[in-house]
Amino acid sequence: MWEHLQIELYKVFKRPRTYLSFAAITALIGVIQLGLMVDGKEYTDFVMADFAGSFSVDGKILNGYFICYVILQLLLVHVPLLIALIAADMISGEANMGTLRLLLTKPQSRTAIVMAKFIASVIYTLLLLIWIAIMGLFLSMLIFGTDDLFLMKSSYVVIVKESDVFWRYAGAFCFAALAMVTVAALGFFLSFFAENSIGPIVATMSVIIVCTILSTMNIPLFNLIKPYLFTTHMITWKEFFDFKVNDANEAIIGSIQYPDKIIRSATVLLVHIVLFVGAAVWLFRKKDILS
Amino acid sequence: MMYKKIYLLLLACSFSAFGFAQDMNALVSKVKAKLEKVKDYTANGKMKTDVAFIKAPIGRVKVFYKSPNKFKLQRDGGISVLPKGGVSINIGSMIMQSGFVAIDAGLSTVGGTAVRVVKLLPEADAGEIILSTLYIDETNLLIRKSVTTTRENGTYEMELYYGQYAAYGLPDKVLFSFNAKDYKLPKGITLEFDDTDKAIKDKMKGKKGRVEINYTAYNINTGLSDALFK
Amino acid sequence: MQSIVKVSGLTKQFNQLTAVNQLSFSVESGDVYGFLGQNGAGKSTTIRMLLTLITPTEGDISIFGYNLNTHRKDILAQVGAVIEKPDVYKYLSAYENLKLFAKLSGVKPTHKLLMDQLEMVGLAARANDTVKTFSQGMKQRLGIGIALVHNPQLIILDEPTNGLDPQGIADIRNLILILSREMKKTVIVSSHLLNEIEQIATRILIIDKGRKLVEGSSATLFNDQQTILQISVANLSAASATILNSEWAKHLLPERDGQLMVGLNKEDIPAFNRMLAASGVDIYSLQARHSLEDYFLQVTAGKQHVGTFTN
Repeated sequence: MWEHLQIELYKVFKRPRTYLSFAAITALIGVIQLGLMVDGKEYTDFVMADFAGSFSVDGKILNGYFICYVILQLLLVHVPLLIALIAADMISGEANMGTLRLLLTKPQSRTAIVMAKFIASVIYTLLLLIWIAIMGLFLSMLIFGTDDLFLMKSSYVVIVKESDVFWRYAGAFCFAALAMVTVAALGFFLSFFAENSIGPIVATMSVIIVCTILSTMNIPLFNLIKPYLFTTHMITWKEFFDFKVNDANEAIIGSIQYPDKIIRSATVLLVHIVLFVGAAVWLFRKKDILS
Repeated sequence: MMYKKIYLLLLACSFSAFGFAQDMNALVSKVKAKLEKVKDYTANGKMKTDVAFIKAPIGRVKVFYKSPNKFKLQRDGGISVLPKGGVSINIGSMIMQSGFVAIDAGLSTVGGTAVRVVKLLPEADAGEIILSTLYIDETNLLIRKSVTTTRENGTYEMELYYGQYAAYGLPDKVLFSFNAKDYKLPKGITLEFDDTDKAIKDKMKGKKGRVEINYTAYNINTGLSDALFK
Repeated sequence: MQSIVKVSGLTKQFNQLTAVNQLSFSVESGDVYGFLGQNGAGKSTTIRMLLTLITPTEGDISIFGYNLNTHRKDILAQVGAVIEKPDVYKYLSAYENLKLFAKLSGVKPTHKLLMDQLEMVGLAARANDTVKTFSQGMKQRLGIGIALVHNPQLIILDEPTNGLDPQGIADIRNLILILSREMKKTVIVSSHLLNEIEQIATRILIIDKGRKLVEGSSATLFNDQQTILQISVANLSAASATILNSEWAKHLLPERDGQLMVGLNKEDIPAFNRMLAASGVDIYSLQARHSLEDYFLQVTAGKQHVGTFTN
């Protein structure tokens, strides 16, 4: 298994496409950072336009923590594409290249091969997130410094104390990793149904886009299925940036407002991962290789 | 005859008003005189923002004051949210200015202390402050409470609690309340699915906002430079 | 002789299509087993079933005396294969590809082993070039290198000459002969081109529409088969009518290239010849063909069954 994984990782990281994602992330984050460095004031003014009518916010809103939040908010919508690029290609790409049949005539169990491939895509996903953390969080902290994290939620404002922020990012990144692994699992699962990689990549993105629309639209019919859509739960990382207050409306440092939401979302995502990967293994074990 | 009666009545009223104003001006002047002993000060404080839709940690602030009307509230790191126009959360902001009419509005109590209610009307029409009501503890010459109605930013209420700096007329604690407007962020910017419980949302509506500053360690009359307030 | 591969009642159904139908055959140790059939006859499906790429609907496969279902890994460890195009990872070098598949084949890929292998297939000089830059022939050689890197006992080559130039085809032929004669490997080689197979195969299986048409050693097939007479005559229809009205009617084959085709046993040729002459048929030329290809074409075209062969 370990050897399989090594081989799969070797293949993943020998491909130029893999580094394209890292380059894309670097560029995207760089653009956001540059934009906020040059015109950050405009951005915060815009975001807070409604709020600033009644309140004056004093302090360094545009700090590294805030920048990272903006980056995550913007980027986690696009990262699924970069993950699909690799995960949805894991099987279909090999089928397309013709290497799948050679691979499967080797004295290795199909389950081991498919699991190694999935774990390789998970590792790729995690590395991508670590890279986002390095570029989006650590580099932003370095460039913009740190301070309290000022966030506008849909119905209230949260100011997280500087000393209370970092662990929340750790949690948020872990959660985002789970969400992105779900994307990887979906892409991986879909990659069984095609012998070219474009199909599953587009299919993965389409599923995510459609489900996100369903998750966002406030229509009673959709509201029924919303709790079961993984896209509804993919943004639960934001829950890490909301804390409880006591009766005097004082922030309770180190608390999370809705820990149950995080647990529920994580469970839904895990169930999706297990279903997608389970189905993938099951299908792959009996798949006739005709490519 | 009728006209004359009305005229006299009006005259009487204005005289009485003037008479009260005279008294109240004296009281205000005494309070002012007490406050004027403090040429400047700096103080450290802990600021708590209590607005239903703002979740904020307790922040540390530093305030600087220089007579007659220079005031600066500085965060000691962190981000603070203050109601607009409430930046000059200090008692001097109103009383230290000249050009107002003081009117007696009777007696009252604030937190068990008997106070004289004084309404201050600015003489100029164009000013930001429309009306200010002071609740003055006549015995100690301390302002216990003030209610200020502004042209742009609604009404603020300030309660002051005194302790060891009462002799200088400086409060240990200032409780600043205001009407927080319902606030809603346009969707799309937050990129989140709005699933906040309705009960919580309702709880956040139409509540009074409060900012509480607890002062510690005043440094009085150290000779602050004007540059500090720029 | 020991049966290396034994297939019985093998059937593969794809929805409505029966790709392989009750196919049984056996491959003996040391055979170069030619697996013949036209495109779509079921060769590839059968080979993929031998390699566990396709699950049979019915039937049993045993290789080296073990059931393929129950001993998949042990069996595949002793099998090397090139299936259709020799596709490898294009973004890796020849050396890296070989190393990767050696590992997967359960071999410790030492530098020496890998370089020896590349040397054997003539790619040592290009070891570190990415496969992207390789010609079809070079890829085919690399594919064979990969198939042989773990020194398997059974080598399965599916259409190994597809897309190769004449020199490449000759190289493959020579390689198969070396594998068989010098290295004593058992080789199964499929093709839709009979002339490739007839030069190297020790035994031949011909299938059509998923069914076995004939299986036998090539020596037997070549010796026992009927001779096909290709006769050029002045009047084709008159000559055909003459034969159809004679006792030789059942030997008449569909005409080809304006010539009469007749399938006969060798000893019957003089008598047939006399009959034609006696009937006044003007003969320009008469040629006896011995090629398996004619037979192959006829049987797989399904027009007429010429005869039955025995092992």
